[in-house]
Amino acid sequence: MNPLRLLVCALVFGFLLLWALSPRRPRLALAYLRLVLLGSACLLVLAPFFWLLAAVFKDRDYFNEYLFFPPLSEWSSASLNLDNFRRLLAGKPSVTGTVYFWQYVLNSLFFACTSTVLQLLFCSLGGYALARYDFRGKTALMTFMLGSMMIPGVLLMAPIYELMVKLQLIDTYHGLIIPGVVGAYGIFLFRQAILGVPAEIVDAGRIDGCSELKIYYSLVMPLVRPMAAAFCLVSFLGNWNAFFGPNVFLHSQAKLTLPVVLNLYVSQYGSDYGVFLSGTALAILPPAVLFFALEKEFVGGLTSGAVKG
Amino acid sequence: MARSSPYRGPAPYVFLGPYLILTAVFFVYPLLDAAALAFEQTNGPSSRAFVGLDNFRFLASDPVFHHALVNTTVFALCSVFLQLPLSLLLAVLLNQGGDRFKGLLRLVLFSPNLVGQIFVGILFSVLFTPRYGLINRFSHALLGWGLEEQWLGNPALVMPAIVLTSLWMYVGFNMIYFLAALQAVDKSLEEAARIDGAGRWQVFWHVTLPSMRHVLVFVVLTSIIGSYQLFELPLALLASSNGTGPDNSGLTVITYLNEVAFNSGDLGLGSAVGWSVALIIFAISLVQIRFTRAAEE
Repeated sequence: MNPLRLLVCALVFGFLLLWALSPRRPRLALAYLRLVLLGSACLLVLAPFFWLLAAVFKDRDYFNEYLFFPPLSEWSSASLNLDNFRRLLAGKPSVTGTVYFWQYVLNSLFFACTSTVLQLLFCSLGGYALARYDFRGKTALMTFMLGSMMIPGVLLMAPIYELMVKLQLIDTYHGLIIPGVVGAYGIFLFRQAILGVPAEIVDAGRIDGCSELKIYYSLVMPLVRPMAAAFCLVSFLGNWNAFFGPNVFLHSQAKLTLPVVLNLYVSQYGSDYGVFLSGTALAILPPAVLFFALEKEFVGGLTSGAVKG
Repeated sequence: MARSSPYRGPAPYVFLGPYLILTAVFFVYPLLDAAALAFEQTNGPSSRAFVGLDNFRFLASDPVFHHALVNTTVFALCSVFLQLPLSLLLAVLLNQGGDRFKGLLRLVLFSPNLVGQIFVGILFSVLFTPRYGLINRFSHALLGWGLEEQWLGNPALVMPAIVLTSLWMYVGFNMIYFLAALQAVDKSLEEAARIDGAGRWQVFWHVTLPSMRHVLVFVVLTSIIGSYQLFELPLALLASSNGTGPDNSGLTVITYLNEVAFNSGDLGLGSAVGWSVALIIFAISLVQIRFTRAAEE
């Protein structure tokens, strides 16, 4: 009987006991069951993260010795150290010279931040136009936009690749960023949020002689800030984790982003897990920090488009 | 609320300008081109030749593509019938309790979603290591089975490994939608049913579930659509066997597309695969919408 099975038996026994105490009104037993189920779900979700935390600090020779951290008595610089990171961050030769890991971190940051800022700007401008103006062709445009969201992106990958080759945008960052800076989905999200801004505010701005751009920038945008924050988070996450586009369009080693490079490292380093796992841990960190800083906006923004029922 | 005064000027066209231009260049043109490409054979982007329906004929008879289609469909079914019920269960459990607890648990269960599919794939490829991997050891300790199991090397276990990994990643994601829907359910309806003598289960089945049907439809649809675009997770998880698994046991439709279009350079065949996926997604959406319409009447 190992500890894990013992624990499971004890938990089941606790439930049966509570049930036996008051079989007619099993309120206590159900509350207990709820806690046990939710608790184990959380542990199952967190276990891989905790395992990763241990894995990146364990020395190569101790990697398989202990499942998580070694026991306290074994803690020393021989069992736990920064050796994995040291090997990860050391330069690697490539065709165009030595490339260091921080180069990929910078690439990812640049790609994700630039894309996010441009997406915010162009999607909110588009959403503002749809929400606050009546213009010719508006209905047709919105029907087209809704239809365009039904087309899966992968369908367009092959022809876009061909187009990129023609435009000589392969292996450049603008080629990677520009096609994605504005989309129907983002525009609709902002349209929905901006529809909630009272029309009187826009009218007051016009009477006071504001330009249309000024109304958008100083009157409307500050009022949809929670929505904009959520949008930025979702969009940053999407760009930071993006793989298909960067994998297809970027070729030079020094231009690659983290997901592409780490995927390559898995086959390059084989069973030397510590190196690519520490890289993965570093890659998880920025979105996690952002998320915990802005958790409320994030969850609100995710569901804002969906729950209208 | 009064509409803002009619404005006749160039502003909306200017504000929508970036979208209009980029959509023309990077959506409309590629879409038309994709329609043409599907009937052509290419070798790299420069040489193209019209081949009629040959690409589709090839796909119809290619056992590898069929394998990919079956794998992807199995994954989609698992998403709908395994992952979504689990998400719903967690959402219901979470919705019963106090608020302080709820926020923290929701955060924890959602957290795998912050990690990109590639990173999750890399992480789990090590967790599935025979003898030493966390999952192998856990399953051995709990069930007494699976310590030496080659999850990623045994064709029979590759799809289960992909499904398990996606469960870990996405259960919390759909739970967020279900939770939001549960909180929007009219409490007085449930109360009324309870007063009329309905049990917990009856209330849930006949009152709660029907009143969140819009979200259910939305989540089922997005799950299926997402499933048919599965690519990065198996690619990273199965990196040691070319991203496709032994005997193509982990090959998905998009992995196949990536292989033929970008590794072998036949963009025409790639477009044909793209259209096939688009058609499948479109057909499923249509059936689903019909089905829910019929159920509502």
